[in-house]
Amino acid sequence: MIEVESLTKKYGDLVAIRELNFKVEKGKIWGLLGPNAAGKTTTMRILTGYLPATDGKASIGGYDVFEQPDKAKKITGYLPENVPLYPEMTVHSYLNFVSEIKHIPSSKRKEAVERSIETSGLESVRKRLIKNISRGFKQRVGIAQAMIHEPQVLVLDEPTIGLDPAQIIEIRELIKSLRGTGTILLSTHILAEVTQTCDGVIIINEGRIMASGSLEELTASFKEKEGVIIRLRRGEKEISSLLKNISGVDKVSRKEDEFTIEWTKEKDLRDEITKLIVDKELGLMEMRPLAMSIEDLYLKVISGGVEQ
Amino acid sequence: MKNIWSICKKEIKTYFTSPIAYVAITVFLVLVGFFFYSLILWFNSQSLQMARNPYYYQQLNINQMVYSPLFHNISIILLLMIPLLTMRLFSEEKKLQTDELLYTSPLSINQIILGKYFASLLVLLVMLALSGILSIFTFALGNPEIAPILSGYLGLFLMGAAFMAVGIFFSSLTENQIVSAILTFGALLLFWILNWASYSAGGFWKDVLNYLSFFQHFDDLTRGILDTTDIVYYLSFSFFGLFLTHSVIQSRRWR
Repeated sequence: MIEVESLTKKYGDLVAIRELNFKVEKGKIWGLLGPNAAGKTTTMRILTGYLPATDGKASIGGYDVFEQPDKAKKITGYLPENVPLYPEMTVHSYLNFVSEIKHIPSSKRKEAVERSIETSGLESVRKRLIKNISRGFKQRVGIAQAMIHEPQVLVLDEPTIGLDPAQIIEIRELIKSLRGTGTILLSTHILAEVTQTCDGVIIINEGRIMASGSLEELTASFKEKEGVIIRLRRGEKEISSLLKNISGVDKVSRKEDEFTIEWTKEKDLRDEITKLIVDKELGLMEMRPLAMSIEDLYLKVISGGVEQ
Repeated sequence: MKNIWSICKKEIKTYFTSPIAYVAITVFLVLVGFFFYSLILWFNSQSLQMARNPYYYQQLNINQMVYSPLFHNISIILLLMIPLLTMRLFSEEKKLQTDELLYTSPLSINQIILGKYFASLLVLLVMLALSGILSIFTFALGNPEIAPILSGYLGLFLMGAAFMAVGIFFSSLTENQIVSAILTFGALLLFWILNWASYSAGGFWKDVLNYLSFFQHFDDLTRGILDTTDIVYYLSFSFFGLFLTHSVIQSRRWR
């Protein structure tokens, strides 16, 4: 649904993004991850037709955003970084205005406005002036305006910024509920957001794509070793030496009450380890795979400059 | 057309749900009322004096003695007020970053500009229409000619429309409303008094400066002379202002 081909944007001499290539398939949620000034907002502004690109191609739903901007804009919902709100309007009249400029036919307009008020939980503030509502509600109005015309593609620039934890969860649930029907590209610098809501991630830094792919693919490709982390009820003293006796185990390390056991890729030693613990009656309380966290991945990609 | 109307409606709402339009219209009407009142008083004293001389009495003309100067006074009020009515049209969108909503919606730049322009014209229309109520008194108590009054109002409207277009242009240049108002006012005043320079300029330049001046074209209309040159002048001025606005917005986005 979203296709970007060698997209470049320069502001004078400053290169904001350089030769970006990526694709988001229909029904998927992808995250655009990167530090500040990495080019996330610029990319989104180009995709939504706010800025023209210096070079390259971008299309939404098969419509080129430069050649057929109206068609592309019609199927795109966009939440900019700074929510575009008119402080002197009420929530209801604002959404009504948006429904007009997004070409919702007048017979369906009322229904669309009501639906967006309901899904975004704005019922209690519908008659209030936007300047008088809280930051969290403003953000929700922003999300409501992006979704009011039931777009096929949603571009969300930092959708959960400024919200409290409960609202963040709500918004994430809302985004997840669109999986399968809507195609979503969201930018964030909150790493947890990516792991919790996204199918794939594009990590960009200084205008370049440093890595992209589904989360599993990425963590797998950056991970050198397999391993598990275990917690035991008993036998903390002897366990280290016992584990090292299992053939294939490279390293056992301890951090408080957790033991990290690593081995080289290829093999899977989980069966052996479990068997050992059960035989010795050490009381296995927890065993989890040594996954590379998104934080590790992010830091590695951003600092190491690993290019794919 | 629908898109223009959507933008226009939004701007009209902003004018009329905030105090802007009410304050502007009220102040405008108070000033127009004051000018009208003093002109009528002056006209009265003149007519009392001239009543002694039948020849001069024939010459007494309310259109020339009240309406023509009144229209000139109104045009000055418009010159002072219109920059304040247009200053927020684009500047505020930029400041609030709501322009991002407009430009990422399926609207063309022209539709956005025209929507805003028509909304500002409506405010002008309301102002002029309400000031027309004063004419009830002159028609009830005297016998002015209606044609020069209508042509005078047409002149005011056309000139106001040209002022609005200039205002929109300067509003698109900056996100600071005050800067936009000052630039508009400066430009309008300059075009107003451009014909002063024509006194010293000779030949070709004299004609050019005279033609470009707001004042010259307006004068004809207040006296009931409906010349297409004047109408074309104001319309092309408006068109040019809007065209420049379009170029500014377009180039902003390409930079």
